[in-house]
Amino acid sequence: MSTGVERIAAAFAAAPGRAALMPYLMGGFPNVAASRAIGEAYADGGADLVELGVPFSDPLADGPVIHAAGTRALAAGATVPAVIEVARSLAERVPVVLMCYTNLVLARGVERFADELADANVSGLIVPDLPLEEAPAALAACDAAGLALVPLVAPTTPEERLARIGAQARGFVYAVSVTGTTGERAGLDATALLARVRAHAQVPIALGFGISTAEQAAAAAAAGADGVIVGSRLVRAAADGEDVRALVAALAGALA
Amino acid sequence: MPALTELEAAWIEARADAGFQADLARLLGDYAGRPTPLYEARRLSEAVGHPVYLKREDLLHTGAHKINNALGQALLAKRMGKTRIIAETGAGQHGVASATACALLGLECIVYMGTEDMRRQQPNVQRMGLLGATVEPVEAGARTLKEAVSAAIRDWVTNVGNTHYIIGSSVGPAPFPALVRDLQRVIGDEARAQMLAQAGRLPERVVACVGGGSNAIGIFVPFVDDPEVALVGVEAAGDGIETGRHGAPLTLGGRGGVLHGAFSAIMQDEDGQILEAHSISAGLDYPGTGPQHAHLRDTGRATYEAVTDRQALAAFQRVARLEGIIPALESSHAVAWVLDAGPSALDLICLSGRGDKDLAEALSALESQDPPAA
Repeated sequence: MSTGVERIAAAFAAAPGRAALMPYLMGGFPNVAASRAIGEAYADGGADLVELGVPFSDPLADGPVIHAAGTRALAAGATVPAVIEVARSLAERVPVVLMCYTNLVLARGVERFADELADANVSGLIVPDLPLEEAPAALAACDAAGLALVPLVAPTTPEERLARIGAQARGFVYAVSVTGTTGERAGLDATALLARVRAHAQVPIALGFGISTAEQAAAAAAAGADGVIVGSRLVRAAADGEDVRALVAALAGALA
Repeated sequence: MPALTELEAAWIEARADAGFQADLARLLGDYAGRPTPLYEARRLSEAVGHPVYLKREDLLHTGAHKINNALGQALLAKRMGKTRIIAETGAGQHGVASATACALLGLECIVYMGTEDMRRQQPNVQRMGLLGATVEPVEAGARTLKEAVSAAIRDWVTNVGNTHYIIGSSVGPAPFPALVRDLQRVIGDEARAQMLAQAGRLPERVVACVGGGSNAIGIFVPFVDDPEVALVGVEAAGDGIETGRHGAPLTLGGRGGVLHGAFSAIMQDEDGQILEAHSISAGLDYPGTGPQHAHLRDTGRATYEAVTDRQALAAFQRVARLEGIIPALESSHAVAWVLDAGPSALDLICLSGRGDKDLAEALSALESQDPPAA
């Protein structure tokens, strides 16, 4: 059985297009069973990896669309164990990277959490409100479980900090394309950010926050991203009952 | 993180700068009304059976201790070259204080406020508008302080280049709790000196309400090294701790957690989801608390207790009738604890704010009580 770190590396290497496509799924939204089906549709549409969000009461890094989806998921009864079960089932199709806020990790204990994720065949963990300074315990637990602890960097991250983040990145670096929260945006140019991260990272770089259209996904790949993360657009599609499989397929097509 | 590092460096520099300190002292004195009196509340003392002194932060400009912090941070923001100020507010006092400081210093001001709090604190919403601030309604969650803080943090990470976030309490990521503590300790520094001058002794107990905990940390800090002085923080028990409808994470105990970038005592479920707080007092309606208070609790230096909405309302009325002072519902929690706490040689209560803003809420709650309190 391969480790999560290896599965992520293989997924980036095997991505058929110019960049790997990693759609974001809000676990438990609109309910647990439906979120599993949406994840399946992502896989059917050509997702190379799936970022699975664990709903949190106070999602500081998220914009209104994902925040609202998380609130609805919690109201519909989503729990951390239920989302881990969604991950377990999706992991049979495609590598799953869990996006989970710090307090949910701390509540279970970082070692237990990493072990539970590894047991569910989750490949990586993103903790958006875990700064580098607080990361050592989580990194050790993830390393021990074969799970990739994926760090985030932003356009405001200084050079010296990028170097330290890059040195301990596992799986990939999540480059946040904008200063701010998740959500769809009109214009984006991440070339400079991607070049800065590249200088410090030995792992692939996935670009996220603000990417919603096929054109933006293609532009991200052209700007040098190894992976493209699309979140709010797809969560909005799920909320509105759009055909998410077709949307993912269009995004994958734009990266081909 | 870079923004927090920048802020910390700027604060360390400003704090050591005599010019900055002189500017702040002048504003706190001539503009805000410091020093505030230490008042021996004789009729209240008689009622409880021991001497009670009130530190009168309610007499400050804008009506609460919040102005100490808002003026200090607005001056700091100006020094850092920021032109846009954001703030969150629960009871509206910090929003008004921030709007006031921004009007004074010519800064743009946006205040995030939960729509439930806007309803409860309508006069303060109107004040902020008059002072030129924009009040941004926050619809998420329970539409109270927690969501307002989240909305402000989201704005700050998006607009950090030109924007300073004046956080209103000793919460949030470092260096905010330390920055707010430094700006609020003027309460305790004054009170300690006044106590010695007026009573010739230190108090047996220093009592303050705790939501985020800024007035409490401000009055506690100068007494921390006086082992004979007990420090008592009073949280909101809301409908009663046992009902789960409260705002008393320190009293509740349990494992700590991370809310708004700080590890401290919080109200959370088994998964780590943050629970909604409840208090009649908008300023105490917060499921977290400042990390310094969790530390004072865990080291045994301070104790934390909680009083219910009903007890706070009764104290609100008692202070009005005994002393001719209408305290904020927040501060009424501290008074309520003293009313029931038993003998003491001398209690010092931080009367953190005045209750004008609470009249509608308090009177309607009193009317619906059966039988009426007091």
